[in-house]
Amino acid sequence: MSTLKSFAIASSLAALSLAGLVTEAVAQAKEQFFPLLVYRTGPYAPNGTPWANGKQDYIKMINARDGGINGVKVTFEECETGYATDKGVECYERLKGKNPSLFDPQATGITFALTDKVIKDKIPLVTLGYGLAASQDGNVFKWNFPLMGSYWTAADMLIQHLAKKEGGFDKLKGKKIALVYHDSPFGKEPMPLLDERQKMHGFELIKIPVTAPGVEQKSAWLQVRQQRPDYVLLWGWGVMNSTALKEAQATGYPREKMYGVWWAGAEPDVKDVGEGAKGYNALALNTSGQAPKVIQDILKYVHGKGEGTGPKEEVGSVLYTRGLIIQMLGVEAVRRAQERFGKGKVMNAEQVRWGLENLALDQKRLDALGFAGVMRPISTSCQDHMGSSWARVHSWDGAKWNFSSDWYQADEQIIKPMVKAAADKYATEKKLERRTPADCQS
Amino acid sequence: MLYRENGQFKTSYRADSQIFTIRQDKIAIAGLLLLAFVLTPWLASDYFFSAILIPFLILSLAALGLNVLVGYCGQISLGTGAFMAVGAYAAYNFQVRVEHMPLIGSILLGGLCATAVGVLFGIPSLRIKGLYLAVATLAAQFFCDWAFLRIKWFTNNSSSGNVSVSELSVWGHAIDTPAQKYLFCLSFVVLFALLTKNLVRGAIGREWMAMRDMDVAAAVIGIRPVYAKLTAFAVSSFIVGVAGALWGFVHLGSWEPAAFSIDRSFQLLFMIIIGGLGSVMGSFFGAAFIIFLPIVLNQLPAAMGLQIGTETASHLELMVFGALIIFFLIKEPHGLARLWSTAKEKLRLWPFPH
Repeated sequence: MSTLKSFAIASSLAALSLAGLVTEAVAQAKEQFFPLLVYRTGPYAPNGTPWANGKQDYIKMINARDGGINGVKVTFEECETGYATDKGVECYERLKGKNPSLFDPQATGITFALTDKVIKDKIPLVTLGYGLAASQDGNVFKWNFPLMGSYWTAADMLIQHLAKKEGGFDKLKGKKIALVYHDSPFGKEPMPLLDERQKMHGFELIKIPVTAPGVEQKSAWLQVRQQRPDYVLLWGWGVMNSTALKEAQATGYPREKMYGVWWAGAEPDVKDVGEGAKGYNALALNTSGQAPKVIQDILKYVHGKGEGTGPKEEVGSVLYTRGLIIQMLGVEAVRRAQERFGKGKVMNAEQVRWGLENLALDQKRLDALGFAGVMRPISTSCQDHMGSSWARVHSWDGAKWNFSSDWYQADEQIIKPMVKAAADKYATEKKLERRTPADCQS
Repeated sequence: MLYRENGQFKTSYRADSQIFTIRQDKIAIAGLLLLAFVLTPWLASDYFFSAILIPFLILSLAALGLNVLVGYCGQISLGTGAFMAVGAYAAYNFQVRVEHMPLIGSILLGGLCATAVGVLFGIPSLRIKGLYLAVATLAAQFFCDWAFLRIKWFTNNSSSGNVSVSELSVWGHAIDTPAQKYLFCLSFVVLFALLTKNLVRGAIGREWMAMRDMDVAAAVIGIRPVYAKLTAFAVSSFIVGVAGALWGFVHLGSWEPAAFSIDRSFQLLFMIIIGGLGSVMGSFFGAAFIIFLPIVLNQLPAAMGLQIGTETASHLELMVFGALIIFFLIKEPHGLARLWSTAKEKLRLWPFPH
C-alpha cells in the first residue's frame, strides 16, 4: 500500500504543478520582454555561460542606467536548452506566449528547427554570427536576422586572410586546406562557400568531421598528420576547440597555421591549453577587454551593485562581449521600432522585426552606446538582413588575444549570388513568394 | 465500491476475450478517449500541445514499438533511434521525390523502410542473445548516424545536412495548428496501440512471449524462432519508423541526425523499463514519466517563487529525476504499469481487502 500511496502523491503533485503551469497568468505590464535561450549545462556550457551572462547583464544595465528603453522596463526569462534541439523547441514554445521581442536560440540546430515556426508565429529570430547563411536574404527570410555575419562570410574572410598571407589568391593554387569541423549543421554550413572558393583558386579542400561534442578527435588528427595540410580551419564550439588544440600539440601541427571561426576564438577555448595554444588564430567579431565604455558602465551599474550575473573577471571576455552586442542590437531594434510605432510603448514581435530590419547604427551612435572600437557600424535593410560582415583575425599569445590583421569584409561578388540561389531554392521548397516592395514598408 | 465486477457475467468466448472485460474499464477508456479527442483540443494551450502532448504521443508510439521487441519478444535493442531515423528520412525522401505523395502515405512507407532495415539488423538475433544482441543493434545506430550524415542523397543534397518539411496536409486539410498536429498524432497512436494490443493477445504475440520466456522450450513446442524473432523486429521497427517520421515531420519540422542519436535510443529504453516491459500501457506511462517530469521539475522552482539560477534548476532537475527513477525501480521493478495493475487489483477488493 505504501508504494501506491507514494505513487498517488507523486502523480497528484505532478498534475497540480502542470495545471499551475497551464493556467499561469501572462503579465502584460509595461515591460519589454526578452526570452533568453541559454545553455549553462552540458558540453557547451563553458562557452554558453559567458555569452548568456553578457546578455543578461546588458538588460540589467539598461534598466539601471537608462531606466529601460524610453521608460519601458526590460525584463527577461532564461530557459535552459543544453544546446539540444528538442529542448530548444520546448523553450521556444514555453516563452513565445509571453509577448517576446525576439528569439536568439544560440544554436544552429535550434535555428533550423525554429525557422519555419517563426513565420507562423511572427517572431524575429536573431542569429548573430551563426545560423542559416542564406537567411541574409531578407526578401525570402522575413523573420531571420543573421546579423554581422554568417558562416559563409566567415569562411570567405578566412580564405581572404590566407591568400593575403601567401601573397595573393593565385598563390593558393595547389595548397592543402583542411576543414576540421563539428559534425552538425553548424560545422557543415561553411562548406558551399569553401567549395566555391576551391573551384576559383585551385586549392585542395580536405573535410575532416569531428563527432559532437568533439572530445574524441584522435582519428581526425591522424588524418591531419597524414595529409599535412598547409592550413587547418577549425569549425568547432565548446569543448571541441580546446581538445583540437591539445591534439594539434600532440600531433605536432603548428598552431600558427590553425584558423578558427569566431566561435572557436574565445578564452575558454585556449585558457586550459595555455602555452600549447600559443600562436593559434581565430576570427573575431568583436574586441575583448574591460576598456570599452559599455563594459565600464556594466561594472559600475550592475556588478558595482552586486547584481552581476557571472564572475566579475569574466566581464569583457570575448563571448561575454558578444552577448552584450547581441542584446544591444535587440534593444536598439526596440528603440528603432519605438521611433515609428510610438515612444515609450511596449513593442510586439512584429514591430521589433521592423526595427531589426531598419537598424542604422553609425559610428556616432555606437560611440554614444559605449561600443566605440568594439564593433563596426551596422545597418540593415529589407534585402540585407545581415547589416555588415566585418571581422578581424586575432591570435593567442599565451595570455591574451591580440589582433593580427586588419578588418576584412566578405566578398559580395561571391556571397551575393550564392545567398540568392540558396534563398530561391528555399523559397521554392517551401512555396514562399519573394516579398514585394510594399511588404518591405510594413 | 465503484470498481467492482459483481454481476458482470460473461456467457460467450467472445465476451471473455475482449480487451477490456470489465464495464468500468470500458467506460474509463471511452472517457479517456473523449477527453483526448474532444475536450483536450478545446482546453489545452498551444504550449501544452507543442511542447508536451505531441512529443509525449510520438515517443509513446516509439516506446510501444520498442516494447514489442524488448518487452514481448525479449530481444534487447539499442538501435531504436536508428530505426526512427530511417522512418523519418525515408518518409522525407518519399515526400520530396514523389509528386503528389500523400502525407500519410509517406509516413507509412517510411515505416516500411524502417521495417526492412529493422529485419536486416534483426538477423543477428537468430544467433546471439541478450547483451550481445544489444551491442549488435548498436551497430545499426552507428551505421544510420553515419549514413544520414555522409550520404548526400538521403538529405536531398542539403549542404548543412539538415532537412525540413512544411505544409503538411491530409486530404486537403492543412495540419497547421498545434491542436491539429496533436489530433493527427493521437489518431496514429490510438490506432497503433489498438493494433499492438491485438497482436500481442493473438497467436503471434504468444509466440513472441514464448521466445522471450524460454526460447529452447518454445522451439521444442513448435515455434519457429526465425519467424517469431524476425516478425517481432519487423513489427517493432515499423511502429518505431512511423514514430520517427512523425517526430521529424510533425514535432520538429526540420531535423538533423542528432535528433535520432544514441541518446534517443537510451531514452526510449528507459521509458519502457520504467513504464513496464511487456505492457502496452507501460509504454505510455514511461513516456509520460520521462517527458513530463523533467519539464515540471525544471519549472517548479520558478513556479514556487524560488529565485535560483538557470543552471542550478537544470542540475536539480537532473538530480531529482535520477533519484525518482531509482526510487521507482526499487519500489516496483516491473515498472509503473505494474503499479497501475496492482492499484486496480486493490480497487476491485476495496473496501474489503483480504
